[in-house]
Amino acid sequence: MDASFIITVLAAAVTAGTPILFASLGEILTERSGVLNLGVEGMMLAGAVAGFMLALITGNLWAGVLAAMLAGGMLALIHALLTVTLKANQVVSGLALTIFGTGLSGYLGKELLGLPLPNSFKSVKLDFFSEIPILGPILFNQDPLVYLSFALVLVLWVLLFRTRAGLNLRAVGENPGAADSLGVSVSKTRYLYTILGGMLAGIGGAYLSLAYAPSWMENMTAGRGWIAVALVIFARWNPLYALLGAYMFGAIDALGFRIQTFDLNISPYFLSMLPYLFTIIVLIASTRRLRTGGVGAPQALGVAYNREER
Amino acid sequence: MKNLIRLEKRADSSSTLNLLVPTCSVIMALIVGAIFLYVVGHSPIKAYSAMFKGGFGSMYGIGETIVKSIPLMLCALGISLAFRMQLWNIGAEGQLYMGAFGATWLALTFPETPAIILLPAMFLVGAACGALWGIIPAIPRAVLGVNEIITTLMLNYVAILWVSYLVYGPWRDPDGFNFPLTAVFSANAQLPTFGDTRIHAGLLFALIIAIIIHIAMKHSRFGYEIRITGNSPAAAKYAGMSTTKNIILVMMFSGAICGIAGMAEASGLMHRLHANFSPGYGYTGIIIAWLSKLHPAAMVIVAILFGGLQAGGFTLQSSGVPAAIVLMLQGLILFFVLGGEILTRYRITYHGKSKTVEVQ
Repeated sequence: MDASFIITVLAAAVTAGTPILFASLGEILTERSGVLNLGVEGMMLAGAVAGFMLALITGNLWAGVLAAMLAGGMLALIHALLTVTLKANQVVSGLALTIFGTGLSGYLGKELLGLPLPNSFKSVKLDFFSEIPILGPILFNQDPLVYLSFALVLVLWVLLFRTRAGLNLRAVGENPGAADSLGVSVSKTRYLYTILGGMLAGIGGAYLSLAYAPSWMENMTAGRGWIAVALVIFARWNPLYALLGAYMFGAIDALGFRIQTFDLNISPYFLSMLPYLFTIIVLIASTRRLRTGGVGAPQALGVAYNREER
Repeated sequence: MKNLIRLEKRADSSSTLNLLVPTCSVIMALIVGAIFLYVVGHSPIKAYSAMFKGGFGSMYGIGETIVKSIPLMLCALGISLAFRMQLWNIGAEGQLYMGAFGATWLALTFPETPAIILLPAMFLVGAACGALWGIIPAIPRAVLGVNEIITTLMLNYVAILWVSYLVYGPWRDPDGFNFPLTAVFSANAQLPTFGDTRIHAGLLFALIIAIIIHIAMKHSRFGYEIRITGNSPAAAKYAGMSTTKNIILVMMFSGAICGIAGMAEASGLMHRLHANFSPGYGYTGIIIAWLSKLHPAAMVIVAILFGGLQAGGFTLQSSGVPAAIVLMLQGLILFFVLGGEILTRYRITYHGKSKTVEVQ
């Protein structure tokens, strides 16, 4: 194992982790507002199919990304309507969203199966940054969506912890009653960040169909949406940690894929189990850590807010 | 203009609404589904009538509907146990695969054993494998509070990959033309069927388990503890009930019932093990459990309706409409049920200028 091999694997880890990163960032925003959206898998699938369809029709990848955001945002709007306005159970609504998104994407994608995408997102070397030893070739020889995700991590961190809007958002998630009495609209905030979260999940899906694969396959997210939800807990609802966590999963993915090229005689089915088993282990470890102090989930996560019961 | 409409929690739930809301939800979902079909260029009338014919239009169709409803009933019943305790067992799909795995292992290893011994053994091993798949996420949940939604779901993927590994690898039928399936079970390992139909004894398992759950929930100490813990964990703790023990027990039973569903699929229907044999029975079971408000009898009936949807979707596929419409409709039904629940949980009151009009 020489240095160039390690660099190749790490660069592949960044690529493989990016769809999970987008989805996790979205879920962090949503959960910070007190809404648990377990529909990430469904929103990613809807984003993947919508993005692929539009990119294929228009020939423009960014049109695909926009369509993916729209698709993810629309599904998230259903979740917001059900859980914020109609105060439905957030867990079940999220599951319904995943089931619906899986069905919808399977239906719309039937005609797209196996079609090649003439142009997909390709890596673009960033002149100055890619010269940095080790980190350069890992981080700065990537496609534009990866760079977008870097920027997004920073923007969301600043938004959450350094702006008034972020303070309001966190207040709504921690103590909606108090936020309400200070004049912050709980339902507007929750709608806004649930929809934004859905849009980011949509981009995560589009990353799979426009850059990672690049093609459409039924159920192509293969549980990445759920891994993203688990990652939010690992990341303690902080975008910076989500970046680390997503690349960790990306590394498992990339390694599993590369181990097959060695003559190790391990069934590919066992290697495919790794990300799921790893998610369980990470979740157990993160929950332990949360219990022994540190920052926990937003206090009002999963609870509908009813002004009358304040 | 603000707060003219207010929500007040209902103290009791109206049984008329409890029936009306799910029924209307199904109808609304079908309407939205029809609009969608129309927009994407399929004839909704043709599609729905083909589905109805496929599911309920002939004796064969009804038989297929019931065949499909068997795993749905069992999964929904298993899931409902966990849901009663506010445990989100999303792992029914994986528990189903593990149950089928366990049963298949016995069927392939001891094909000569008389059916009277082999079938009960397959039943028990299938249940045990499902139970194991329920206990694995239950322990971290009970001891550390690890989110069981994600762990149970992750184990679904692991179980499906495990079965794929077996049927593509060591268990592949040498005479199977390289298809991912095992050899056919010996006659000893096949559950009896009713007459000429494909309906198998798994239906009896489902009905008996429904009755047992109904009785156990009402009349046993364990059922009582589950209900109390589900309604108020604090009260349960105060009364000296061990939540840790109950979480593990409930997930064990929940997984066992879903495992039985897998055993019945393998032994009663497929008579072998396939890769990816379930079209998401474990997930549909969640919808059925929720739609039925966890009532065992309601779950049996709703499972038959969803079995019809599944069987109808299968015939639909042959007429060019993707079967994914079934999944979409299931999601839509759940959306409307959830949206409608506000009517059963809250009383909506309208506060006009001077008078208050109640909308019942």
